[in-house]
Amino acid sequence: MSTASPHAGRPEALLEVRDLGMTFPGPRGSLRRRAGIRAVDGVSFDVHPGETLGLVGESGCGKSTTGRMLVRLLDPTAGRVAFRGQDITRTGQRELRPLRSRLQMIFQDPFASLNPRQTVRQIIAAPLRAQGESAQAIRREVRDLVGLVGLAPEHLERYPHQFSGGQAQRIGIARALATRPELVVADEPVSALDVSIQAQIVGLLERLQRELGVAYVFIAHDLAVVRHISHRVAVMYLGRIVEIGERQQVYGNPAHPYTRALLSAVPLPEPAAERARERIVLLGDPPSPADPPSGCTFHPRCPKARELCRTEPPLLRLTAPDGTRQAACHFPEV
Amino acid sequence: MTGFLLRRLLGIAGTLLVICALTFAVFYLLPSDPAAQFCGKDCSADRIVMVRQQMGLDDPLIVQFGRYVLGIFAGQTLGSGQYAVHCGFPCFGYSFQSGQPVWDLMLDRLPASASLALGAAVLWLLLGLSAGLLSALRRNTWVDRTVMVATIGIAALPVYFTAMLLLYVVVTVLGLMPYPRYIAFGEDPVGWIRNLILPWITLALTFAAIYARMTRNSVIETMAEPYVRTARAKGLRERRVVGRHGLRPALTPVATMLGMDLGGLLAGALITESLFSLPGVGKLFADSLNKADQPVIMGITLLASFFIVTSNLVVDLVYAWIDPRARLT
Amino acid sequence: MSLLEVRGLAVEFDTAEGPVRAVRGIDFTVERGRTLGIVGESGSGKSVTSLAVMGLHRGAAVTGSVRFDGTELIGAPEESVRRLRGRRIAMVFQDALTALHPYFTIGDQIAEAYREHHGGSRKAARARAVEVLGDVGIPDPARRAREHPHQFSGGMRQRAMIALALSCEPDLIIADEPTTALDVTVQAQVLDLLAGQQQARGLGLVLITHDLGVIARIADEVLVMYGGSAAEQAPADRLFTAPRHPYTRGLLDSLPRLDAPEGEPLRAIPGSPPSPLAPPPGCAFHPRCAVYAEHGSPLCTADRPLLRLVAEGHRNACALDEVTTG
Repeated sequence: MSTASPHAGRPEALLEVRDLGMTFPGPRGSLRRRAGIRAVDGVSFDVHPGETLGLVGESGCGKSTTGRMLVRLLDPTAGRVAFRGQDITRTGQRELRPLRSRLQMIFQDPFASLNPRQTVRQIIAAPLRAQGESAQAIRREVRDLVGLVGLAPEHLERYPHQFSGGQAQRIGIARALATRPELVVADEPVSALDVSIQAQIVGLLERLQRELGVAYVFIAHDLAVVRHISHRVAVMYLGRIVEIGERQQVYGNPAHPYTRALLSAVPLPEPAAERARERIVLLGDPPSPADPPSGCTFHPRCPKARELCRTEPPLLRLTAPDGTRQAACHFPEV
Repeated sequence: MTGFLLRRLLGIAGTLLVICALTFAVFYLLPSDPAAQFCGKDCSADRIVMVRQQMGLDDPLIVQFGRYVLGIFAGQTLGSGQYAVHCGFPCFGYSFQSGQPVWDLMLDRLPASASLALGAAVLWLLLGLSAGLLSALRRNTWVDRTVMVATIGIAALPVYFTAMLLLYVVVTVLGLMPYPRYIAFGEDPVGWIRNLILPWITLALTFAAIYARMTRNSVIETMAEPYVRTARAKGLRERRVVGRHGLRPALTPVATMLGMDLGGLLAGALITESLFSLPGVGKLFADSLNKADQPVIMGITLLASFFIVTSNLVVDLVYAWIDPRARLT
Repeated sequence: MSLLEVRGLAVEFDTAEGPVRAVRGIDFTVERGRTLGIVGESGSGKSVTSLAVMGLHRGAAVTGSVRFDGTELIGAPEESVRRLRGRRIAMVFQDALTALHPYFTIGDQIAEAYREHHGGSRKAARARAVEVLGDVGIPDPARRAREHPHQFSGGMRQRAMIALALSCEPDLIIADEPTTALDVTVQAQVLDLLAGQQQARGLGLVLITHDLGVIARIADEVLVMYGGSAAEQAPADRLFTAPRHPYTRGLLDSLPRLDAPEGEPLRAIPGSPPSPLAPPPGCAFHPRCAVYAEHGSPLCTADRPLLRLVAEGHRNACALDEVTTG
């Protein structure tokens, strides 16, 4: 498990996200079309070189939309993203191209994101070729990359369908790392994989971070995996960050009632521990972002909700004395 | 729902207008001179000039187009003085050939086309659906393979070959009936059927083959759906699993296709009608094409577009009725 | 007499790439009021097993014995098995959005099952549907019964699926990944519901999942499957505290846990699960097995090891069991 953030001293951030927002048009012909659906609303965080920021939440919380905006697969409707101090939210695709090599993405379904008609060699070489490297350099680098992610050189001439899910994800990782990026956004990279394979990929990502110093934004719904790989963690609910901070703080002493409920809902793989645990069972499903509740959007499911929560949306503020964690709650746990 | 309908109707109007404009533009670009056509063979140059003027052919294209479109709804008066003719709603102009109103010509031919299309549809649905269903439920058996090979063969047969073969065998060799001629349903229902049976078979065979293949694939796909497995897990009888849980979703795409096909055929099955000399819209279209009878061609093109676009809407409504997920709130 | 006794169950079917032996002879027993968890990864044969018990595996050759309440189901006439389905053995499937019929209302779908087995009027079946929907915690059940599946949220849909299973008062419920498609907070609700209903009605429950956490929460007994065979079988408490099979151990070690000590690394199992088309000879796990790598025995590559009793109620299918436990 990773230790404390290697950049606790807060030097210049690699990625600065400020008030990021995404409003999708509502369904055609509905009254909500004009108002739109706020998938992401006022999301801010920093990612420092070489660290992993975990982004957790349930389906529809906006974590994947946020991830896609970070690499400009989606254009945000509000706020900005700065990479190494350069605003990338409104740059054209042409100016974006040199940045693409430093900012990569890994997807959930490894097969869907690999071209089935290309060999592994072609897939991994594509980003290098786009950089205009010589054929010889590309050959050498592709061989190195394949070794780096734990595949054999003879795999290079095969096609994606000849691989298992875990191996295909390794190919996706090799492609993402080909241009030696400083930041990789990984969107649910292990959730489609078998349990025994998940650990392999998590271990691989951790080793690559140690060896290459790459930073990750690790998006997942699995809280245990995120705890394992992240230095810092942001918990999202209905498009907003409700809690963000050092992993030990968020997991060890969660301040937001939602974080608490979320953690207590994850079953522990041990019956005795599981029975002994105090559990907070939330009522109902997460509400639809198309029709968010008033005030604090979590209030209809919150065991601690009071009158204030119904009317006033809470802001993110520091709840730990040493400034290592913020929570958006009127009545945070202390 | 009302909003949806309104939007769709506006969409239909827009589509028809565009089709109208395109057809109009095509005729404008053609080398043939409508005035000369209208005037006839032995027409002096002076007279052609006069006709041109009367028909408003010297006006800019956009003015002519506006007059045509407005005329459809408001009617229009063609020519002037003693030659003036008023053409009432819905006015598609007059045939260059016969001088009759295009609308009357089409209306006259519609029953034959509708008879052919609807009768054939009943036939191809019966054949196609049962063959497709049988094939799907007996998948990978000799039944399935036979049906599938047969459908490929039938779908590959050219319509005129089927028609000629049928006519030769049934009429010439076996002498089971005289050469078919169209009899209106109101006049003699039995004669209507007897005389249309060969055109129906001709038209239906190709469609039946396509529908059989489509039904087979759709049924196989649906029967593999998790909700069909749930129906079995509930302990329902296989007949009910197939009939109620499998067939309805499986036939939805077939219904969609039927709507489109019927829409197209109502405005005439060109080849089949010509082969059997049926007095349908398709035959009229073929004849008008030969003689470059512009107003009739325009009229039929619009009629066909209208049927297709409208059946599209009907298909969508039926779809929403069958599948609640497609319902608009 | 046990509620469900499965002996030597094997399932084989033909695929385009050749015959697949998806399940190769497994045994298990389910008692009334108890929960058996079957855990395994993709290709382990766990889902195939559930369908085979229900007689729903179409086009597959199923052999062995499945005795339900004393009646043999394998080889029994389809009509008699059909009468049991839904009535005495009910199923809960993974993704209720695709497992419920999109065209019919929730109430209709439940009422249909009830009428099939109990007859009676449409109205009575309707009333029964509303009643079970209420039982599974759906608010305003009379109104919700008239809605279609797509109008339900994910959690409510899965509750409706459970209501469907409960509608005919079955003795046994087979739940195949019932919470996998759900969010974690909703998963907790649905698991509580399933366990609560099982307790209240004294049902036998077979819970099939890949999630060891879910197993730990509600299973009494656990069967671990790998490559179409049983690897290990034990009471839940024992399985998690004293696992014997190298695969079970590997699985537990590779699992990230919320209560793991800081800085503890994950120990992954190398390699991938075997393809059912080309399984390795002998023990299906040996190519990935740490114990085999160290103590390699010809036994591991010769035959599929069978489950052997290693402690009270605890069976292990490993030729190197003695080596492992020293």
